Amino acid sequence: MATVVAVIASTHHPFFYKASTATGEDRPPFADEWVRKITAFRETLTRANPDVLVMVGSDHFHQLWLDNMPQFLVGKAPFYDANWYNEEREFGMPRMFLKGNEDLSTHLLREGIDRGFDLAFSNELRIDHSITCPIITLRPEADLPIVPIYTNIFAPPMPRPKRFVDLGEAIREIVESWPSHLRVAIIGTGHLSLELGGPRQFGPHGPDPEFDRRAVEWIAGGDLESCLAEVTLDSLHAPGNATHGFMDFMLMMGVAGAGAKADYVDSLDLFHTMEAYFTWYPNGVDAA
Amino acid sequence: MSKYLVDKFLFTIDRDPELVERYRAEPRDTVTWWEAERANTVLNCHTGEASTWLRFTDEEREALAMHDHVKLFELGAHPFLTLTLFIAMFERDHTEPLEYQLAFAARLQHFEMPYPDITT
Repeated sequence: MATVVAVIASTHHPFFYKASTATGEDRPPFADEWVRKITAFRETLTRANPDVLVMVGSDHFHQLWLDNMPQFLVGKAPFYDANWYNEEREFGMPRMFLKGNEDLSTHLLREGIDRGFDLAFSNELRIDHSITCPIITLRPEADLPIVPIYTNIFAPPMPRPKRFVDLGEAIREIVESWPSHLRVAIIGTGHLSLELGGPRQFGPHGPDPEFDRRAVEWIAGGDLESCLAEVTLDSLHAPGNATHGFMDFMLMMGVAGAGAKADYVDSLDLFHTMEAYFTWYPNGVDAA
Repeated sequence: MSKYLVDKFLFTIDRDPELVERYRAEPRDTVTWWEAERANTVLNCHTGEASTWLRFTDEEREALAMHDHVKLFELGAHPFLTLTLFIAMFERDHTEPLEYQLAFAARLQHFEMPYPDITT
């Protein structure tokens, strides 16, 4: 069976690519520290030596639209083009091209549906920065096949937080039941407190530093019990109007498992939103 | 209320570079043209199939024609769509980093929690 060699949860910040590649006067003052932290974070994936990446993210109204909106969708394609015109325009994101792993996509869809998750699928999916940001930060060679999984954290009505956790737990079990010798890393990105298009956006910190502090504590300690006790669809409005992206972190806590303490934890207080980086090694990093 | 249609306008304009420029330069004409010619297009159909019933309220049409992002927020337009498109249209008129984004936020300061519902 396949081995889950790393579970990684991270924020996805579309400005990292531009900030990290800028030079001279264009280079923001925080870029060097950001690059140092990302380089250290990247090493946590490199050490696990994965063959395949399961990538959990959320389409930002690119291919998925309100006339036909899935709650959870698995990509099943041999290749994925990536990034969109408006991401190029606003963030300077590069166009990318990634290989898929259809065998793992098929396995995730079959087993997921059989476990009660009516997963949508796509045979032609152009992925966006929720998945390409972690490729850029964690595997800039973009040389490993991926299986993208999209969640709806964007367009109400959305599934409740517990559903995200349950799906995360199921994804972990399904990957571990994949008849393959390959080493799989499961990577997901979301947000801590975040405001987009509202009065609290683009402040000197994230809109709710106290939420961010507690969120990092929940994730780092694998404290799903406290997290689920406090986080609801309604409560997520308070820290910032785009904070429902935190549910993808909760999904990743489900992948890591209740009570699983992260082996690597880091964060970076930036303008607009706090960055946070977590890695778990379910089988230990050397034995994996 | 046709929040969905307002979102559909923002979505389809934002993802077409020519329409971004057209809406920036001629907002009222663009809204009139779009409502007549594009509002009922079923986006996921490969042929020209169309709906028959979608139209803006007067308030929505006026907010879009006036580039009134504060009104759009009040009406429950999806703030990500509004922000993304308005940055594309107006950030270029500002010189300081984040100047436009911060001014955009400042104009919304009178909104308190809970914000207008964005459910479509």
